[in-house]
Amino acid sequence: MATPLTLKELSKKEILLTSGHRMCSGCGAPIIVKMVLLASDYPIVAANATGCLEVSTCISDYTAWKIPWIHNAFENAAATLSGVETMYRSLKKQGKIDKDIKFIAFGGDGGTYDIGLQSLSGAMERGHDMLYVCYDNGAYMNTGIQRSSATPYGADTTTCPAGSVIQGKPQPRKNLTKIMAAHDIPYTAQASPSHWMDLVKKVKKALEIKGPKFMNILSPCNRGWRSKTDDAIQLSKLAVETCYWPLYEIENGVSKVTFKPKEKKPLVDFLKPQGRFKHLFAPENENMLKNFQEMVDKEWGSLLKASGTE
Amino acid sequence: MTAKVVAATGNEAVANALRQVNPDVSAAYPITPATDIMQRFTSFVSDGKVKTEMILVESEHSAMSGCIGASAAGGRVMTATSSQGLALMWEELFIASGTRLPIVMALVNRALSAPLNIHGDHSDGMGARDCGWIQLWSENAQEAYDNTIQAFRIAEHMDIRLPVMVCLDGFIISHSIERIEYIDDDAVSKLVGEYKQLNPLLDLEHPVSYGPLILPDYYMEYRKAHAEVMSKVPGIVLDVAKDFEKISGRKYGLFEEYRLDDAEIGLVILNSAAGTSKDVIDSFREKGIKAGLLKPRLFRPFPYDEIGNALKHLKAICVLDRADAFGGSYGPLFIDIAASLYPHKNGPALINKIYGLGGRDYMPSHAELVLNELVEIAKTGKVKMIKEYIAVRE
Repeated sequence: MATPLTLKELSKKEILLTSGHRMCSGCGAPIIVKMVLLASDYPIVAANATGCLEVSTCISDYTAWKIPWIHNAFENAAATLSGVETMYRSLKKQGKIDKDIKFIAFGGDGGTYDIGLQSLSGAMERGHDMLYVCYDNGAYMNTGIQRSSATPYGADTTTCPAGSVIQGKPQPRKNLTKIMAAHDIPYTAQASPSHWMDLVKKVKKALEIKGPKFMNILSPCNRGWRSKTDDAIQLSKLAVETCYWPLYEIENGVSKVTFKPKEKKPLVDFLKPQGRFKHLFAPENENMLKNFQEMVDKEWGSLLKASGTE
Repeated sequence: MTAKVVAATGNEAVANALRQVNPDVSAAYPITPATDIMQRFTSFVSDGKVKTEMILVESEHSAMSGCIGASAAGGRVMTATSSQGLALMWEELFIASGTRLPIVMALVNRALSAPLNIHGDHSDGMGARDCGWIQLWSENAQEAYDNTIQAFRIAEHMDIRLPVMVCLDGFIISHSIERIEYIDDDAVSKLVGEYKQLNPLLDLEHPVSYGPLILPDYYMEYRKAHAEVMSKVPGIVLDVAKDFEKISGRKYGLFEEYRLDDAEIGLVILNSAAGTSKDVIDSFREKGIKAGLLKPRLFRPFPYDEIGNALKHLKAICVLDRADAFGGSYGPLFIDIAASLYPHKNGPALINKIYGLGGRDYMPSHAELVLNELVEIAKTGKVKMIKEYIAVRE
């Protein structure tokens, strides 16, 4: 029987990513992984791209994973899990496995938006029955905060530092959720750990759908965002309320905004607590803040339009 | 022992071996001249002649990644590639062997870019010689077929669990029609046997973590363990060859010795060019010249002691390399042969010829020139030039 969606019931379930792993305190990624795994009433086999989550959760001879887990390399969590899922289908067809197993890949934005995009695109196109979860913290945090194509406009990173001539990342971030939806896969969604019910519901829905699914989940990183170690949930909440990180899903081509803030907060509310945007608040960069707000408004507007909730 | 004699290409023979082995999963990507293997194999899949589930991936990197996932999951896995495809897999080759996954891959040897060239040469396989895989090299379509079948038994042996590459020359063997003896389907499946799982990822009762981070405290022990496992390979290759002989009547060793016992001069050469060389050696023997040949089969791990002992009595040897190791060095096969003869202080004089790159024909006349040079070296003890490109414009 499916677990009722209440904190009380979910808290009774076994945590499948144990404590004692070596992720930084205040990191969003393990919170997300725990929520995703809690959402499932099926046994899960997981794949993990190289990155923070991977290097910190399985340092021989220890593993934080209570489920079968495979790490191969940086760019190929999707292709690796394709192999696992295909072997499962082969053995099931031969009567060598009888259980229903669900397959989930976890990758950071570097391993998903950038180096792993081809592998992900291929796996989605081939229609493997898997859920790919990107925990998007907006830079290569594991190697020391280098810019990725998920890094937001204007952000200061170690490879696009805010200097006297260039003010952080000149380009806006890649809209990967839309790119994945353009694969015409049955389910694509964006979620945030601040809205746990929304996140868990989306994972549950995704796991009930046969075929390839993609979820992009915002994952605050206090090291890279230059924020406090206890504000991951607060920041992800602000990201949603400013519509920087809209919560929505696209199911069989139908878009739906799953959370519409009562009052859309100004983007600066999300930017201000983060040191990576500090330079944007200098008087000479006022225009950048304006540009950034316009980008967010445009994306939010088009989402509302697409979901018929204008 | 029932055999069926057919006329088939090397690729067709490998595809037929794969059909007979009937793996659980294959992930593959097309590349000339290996494409034909998977094309033929996927038609077996479409016609329901095998149980294999295909993953038709978007690159060779994903092909090997998919093979790794599938193999770790707990079943029999194979693929095929060539040249740039193998180069793109490079990172994954080490992960497959380091994770000790018994994947079998046909490598249809082809030159590497640049310049772009699709023809037979050993640069691809040589580039992957240190990646921890077992490499079996094949002179002709028959050997490619026989090696493919044996590769599964070797890879999946419980004392080894290592991936195996079966090498055959692009176009020269992959696309030429030859006489081949196929073994009966049942005999092949009996020889290969049921796949034995080892720590399968899909075992929910015993969850395992694959691909951990291992820091300086233990990394070196893992690499040493890999080296030690490699040392068990030759014995298992010979055991499998014995079983294979029972169903095929064909004998395999770690290498082939051709008229080598009483030879004074000899050639060491891999794959298809060995066939041409043997004919020329026969004609030298008819002239009363004691010439012989050694053709390595198990190239990785390299049987240094056995090869050194097989060659030590010769006066002069030419190692022919269909690949160069740039950097002022000798060809890759030459380096290993020289190393195998190092313990034999008064061993043969050695020369190295680089031939046949990018599909350049290796002709009987080239073997004749080399053998004549060896006759001279054997007589005078003088080597004019250790390494030289042959059949090349100046």
